[in-house]
Amino acid sequence: MTLLDARPDSLTGTKQSFGRSAPPATTGPTKPGRLVDLFELGLDSPICLTWELTYACNLSCVHCLSSSGRRDPNELTTAEAKGVIDELERMQVFYVNIGGGEPTVRPDFWELVDYASEHHVGVKFSTNGVKISPEIAQRLVKSDYVDVQISLDGATADVNDHVRGPGSFDTAMRAMQNLFDAGFENFKISVVCTRQNIPQLDEFKAIADRYKAQLRLTRLRPSGRGADVWDDLHPLPEQQKQLYDWLVAHGDNVLTGDSFFHLSAYGDALPGLNLCGAGRVVCLIDPVGDVYACPFAIHEEFLAGNVRSEGGFQEVWRHSELFGRLRNPQTGGACTSCQFFDSCRGGCMAAKFFTGLPLDGPDPECVRGFGEEALTKRKEADSIPKPDGDHSHSTVRGSRRDGKPVTKARPVSLTLSLRRPDAPPVSACEIDPLAGFRP
Amino acid sequence: MPALDLDSAWDLHPQVSVRPEPFGALLYHFGTRKLSFLKDRTLLSVVQSLAAAPTVRAACLTAGVPEADLPQYQRALTTLASSSMVIERAS
Repeated sequence: MTLLDARPDSLTGTKQSFGRSAPPATTGPTKPGRLVDLFELGLDSPICLTWELTYACNLSCVHCLSSSGRRDPNELTTAEAKGVIDELERMQVFYVNIGGGEPTVRPDFWELVDYASEHHVGVKFSTNGVKISPEIAQRLVKSDYVDVQISLDGATADVNDHVRGPGSFDTAMRAMQNLFDAGFENFKISVVCTRQNIPQLDEFKAIADRYKAQLRLTRLRPSGRGADVWDDLHPLPEQQKQLYDWLVAHGDNVLTGDSFFHLSAYGDALPGLNLCGAGRVVCLIDPVGDVYACPFAIHEEFLAGNVRSEGGFQEVWRHSELFGRLRNPQTGGACTSCQFFDSCRGGCMAAKFFTGLPLDGPDPECVRGFGEEALTKRKEADSIPKPDGDHSHSTVRGSRRDGKPVTKARPVSLTLSLRRPDAPPVSACEIDPLAGFRP
Repeated sequence: MPALDLDSAWDLHPQVSVRPEPFGALLYHFGTRKLSFLKDRTLLSVVQSLAAAPTVRAACLTAGVPEADLPQYQRALTTLASSSMVIERAS
């Protein structure tokens, strides 16, 4: 899932003034205040947004943020999706991050990508690579408006397939080879950082370099099915420090979707906005058109509206009650007195929510350890909010080490009813053509 | 990168899209997929005036930049030039 990857690489009209640097002088062409403070109040249109086109997916990744697997029968139609693109064009949303599910399995996927390009809405789509054939790669390389992001959660098949499922490593590598052979430079390789793959950061970088791709690291969130595996997969405290140091060393060459701002409390702020952009500069449109504050928060608490309602997406973005609330300066709550609040800003709202922590307290992965403390004191486990909606395949890979599928036994709902006939049934031997007809 | 010459002619890159915002503007380059922020509206006017102006200096004056502030706008435009948001017009 993607948030803000476009780096504000020139904040022009002033010197760089993100994070903890001093506010620019008030003379000259510069208004006082940091950009991040302006963004806290929200923008007329999102800078970029995530749009999950379908819940259908050929894989069953154990950490899927959207609990994808099966298509939802109520997904936006081709015409409705084009209507959303028209609206994004009017709102001058420069690009959308398309994901899913596996977006490329939608039969109209390429049609929608072409439509977006024709309407000056750039597309970066996330894929596990299943449809990136040599022919498709050839086609993609011709477009200025399309960028591709291949998901890979291990630099080796064993680490990757443990999370993403058997065969998924080979699928991703084949897709990358096809893109490379077609001459598609600078596609993205997106890695969700886990306990198992943090020791492989250099290997990931080597893979990216080999395919002339750009590496993108993002944070494992306890959202969707991620909630089920977060305890086992989220980085250990010493790994977080290792990750932070690695990110600092690689600077602008590695994208992060601004997802590690909670690590900024280790020292200097990482590149990016270092701001929770939920409802302010980013949001999520899900496959049925629901608009959530961010891709990691598919829960009614963060549901702002639906693109099918009157006024469409623009109305939701500009006037929903929820987004209005989110566009207030963040309050620190329990974190206010912490000297690092200005750099980590309390961390990720979704990570707190789905681990049952208060939103105005520390992030569960607070680098000072306050999150772990809070987790031990949190309310009963069964009161932790569950993500809304589950489109998981009914056969899912469980935590079995042999990787064999385990079938979740679930009750099947049936409605049994008895209709009492008001006349005897018509005999099968009746020859009158009007038998059983009652005007 | 040397400072951009105020007496040369510049254009917004054809692949760059500009979205005005209350604080200034967002610029997005579809070729490099980079985003830039303009932190004030005057700079936005300068950028928008480039195409019709014979020189950068003329664009600044059209946008109402006082003579004394020219160096700051020159620096800002140099930054934009370094990320190909603006390009020198072929004469």
